[in-house]
Amino acid sequence: MASEPLLQVRDLKTYFYTDDGVVKAVDGVSYDVQEGETLGLVGESGCGKSVSALSLLRLIATPPGKIVGGEVLFGGEDLLKISDEEIRHVRGNRIAMVFQEPMTSLNPVLTIGRQLTEALELHLKMDTNSARQRAIQLLEMVGIPEAGGRINDYPHQFSGGMRQRVMIAMALSCNPKLVLADEPTTALDVTIQAQVLEILARLSREFGTAVVIITHNLGVVARYADRVNVMYAGKIVEMATAKELYAKPRHPYTVGLLKSVPRLDQARKTKLEVIEGVPPDLINVPKGCSFYPRCTFRVDRCAEEAPSLLPVGDNHTAACWEWKNVAHAVDNARPVNGS
Amino acid sequence: MAVETRTGEPLQGFVAQGDILVDVKNLKVHFPVTAGLIFQRKIADVKAVDGISFDIRKGETLGLVGESGCGKSTTGRAILQLYRPTEGEVKFGQTELTQLQGNDLRRMRRQMQMIFQDPYASLNPRMSVGAIVGEPLAIHGLAKGAGRRERVAELMRIVGLNPYYAGRFPHEFSGGQRQRVGVARALAVEPEFIVCDEPVSALDVSIQAQIINLLEDLQDQFGLTYLFIAHDLSVVRHISDRVVVMYLGKLMELTGRDELYENPLHPYTKALLSAVPVPDPSVESQRERIILTGDVPSPLRPPSGCVFHTRCPIAIDECRQEIPEWREISKDHWVACHRV
Repeated sequence: MASEPLLQVRDLKTYFYTDDGVVKAVDGVSYDVQEGETLGLVGESGCGKSVSALSLLRLIATPPGKIVGGEVLFGGEDLLKISDEEIRHVRGNRIAMVFQEPMTSLNPVLTIGRQLTEALELHLKMDTNSARQRAIQLLEMVGIPEAGGRINDYPHQFSGGMRQRVMIAMALSCNPKLVLADEPTTALDVTIQAQVLEILARLSREFGTAVVIITHNLGVVARYADRVNVMYAGKIVEMATAKELYAKPRHPYTVGLLKSVPRLDQARKTKLEVIEGVPPDLINVPKGCSFYPRCTFRVDRCAEEAPSLLPVGDNHTAACWEWKNVAHAVDNARPVNGS
Repeated sequence: MAVETRTGEPLQGFVAQGDILVDVKNLKVHFPVTAGLIFQRKIADVKAVDGISFDIRKGETLGLVGESGCGKSTTGRAILQLYRPTEGEVKFGQTELTQLQGNDLRRMRRQMQMIFQDPYASLNPRMSVGAIVGEPLAIHGLAKGAGRRERVAELMRIVGLNPYYAGRFPHEFSGGQRQRVGVARALAVEPEFIVCDEPVSALDVSIQAQIINLLEDLQDQFGLTYLFIAHDLSVVRHISDRVVVMYLGKLMELTGRDELYENPLHPYTKALLSAVPVPDPSVESQRERIILTGDVPSPLRPPSGCVFHTRCPIAIDECRQEIPEWREISKDHWVACHRV
């Protein structure tokens, strides 16, 4: 990790100005993405994980949204400062995106082939013929059978899993340094989910592409991510390598999240442990730590002062004043849990 | 083998082959596909459920898993006669439901209720939560006036909602709270049997656990029997006593929860289980993954023989030609596969 990170996000803030007030969807998020790594960004709906990814490419609808502060350093420039023209050369070219909904994120009136060749002609200045050849190659790479014929089909002629594979082909078409995958498999069935994720993992390995995978599924992250950022109420509350995070969670929210999901590989315990309450309204985030009202480890200080990310281990930070107590509780409970 | 409760002790007076609450025999639900604008003619059938047989025992939770379009929701609805079966029998206790009409059927519905997947779409946005929970009481003539209000308040307390909010409307509640309203509505008529159709899949993980625990508490409290339909195999492992796996309108495998997860026999069950990632990187790196190729075929033109043969890693000629028999391979372990 000594080399310069591929992407550096510094104190990113994206707010939405609504009639009800200011929604602080992303409120001071900083993280790095190293070259070639897979980073998981996990959290529940509304925690700001998607908005934080969309903000990197300035894909926030303005109004009501606005990136109000921070830096996104990529290849020596701040993506938040460059011109609209320049960011267009980054989007889909050096940083590509895979969206959640394969049904809605492809253009229904253009053929699959046209949607693939568009980026190739635009960014890589390929001529029609070679772009078409390359598109067929890409479809073959993601395992679309009879790619040469299917290239003239429209999206509705493809199944959900195939459409998501087309999205991946499209994202990788210009050989980007970074792919942002926003819930890439949430809309898909489990067996298809496994197919799509394996393709994404294999191709990112082959091309050396870094991937930020945004998901609420802790299992997907455990299987594919090298490092994980956990988000809650617009902030990152814990960052660690995947191994470390699952073995030694240090933030009460991460601990609660891991305990509240039933596991396929474990016979049932009597009861699932729940995180009481609901995530805060992002218009009226509590003054101190935003997890404070739901936290079982809270102390008075938490209500007053929001903790920043504190070092709790090797390359491991957690935003919790009481992390030592959490650590104590988690590590001692381990043998009983059997995990 | 006696059926065990969740905590592991055998349930008193409860024998595996005893007390069957719901008995489904050769159930088929076909939806006609029509063509033509004015003169609609039937051109094909979608065989959503195509000849399945199983039973649900009193007091148990039977998990029903499968991918989208496999017919699991249709099965749940056909048991409640929300879709009338094309063929087959559904016995509830001693009563044959498929023959019932009108008032007789409505009376039976008091004993069987449903909890729906989408807490946003399954509650009428123009009705207050109190009216939603109270409606079944009105329909079945169980309580009115102050008595109904009291019962609604009680139901709301049971599911962990403050009765003070009975006058509020669904949009004022969060997803988890709305699902609690759906549960209260189902409980209103004191049913014996509830079909839970993906009750937690629209909810966030931290909220899912709350609803799962609620459903379990209610089962213990009221002796409910659940058919728990879900695509999340981890949740199903947690909540079910027995699990049945469906694929393309047919049953693939049915057995006790731990047996299914630890000793799956059907290649589809194996693939399904291996496709679900476990939230633990050290376990994940050890696990064998079976990645199925291709997509689920259309139920309009299901494959010949075994419906799974097009994606099955161990299919042989026999699988392409002959429909495998649904057989009990060992005590309480049913499977439909030539290769087992």
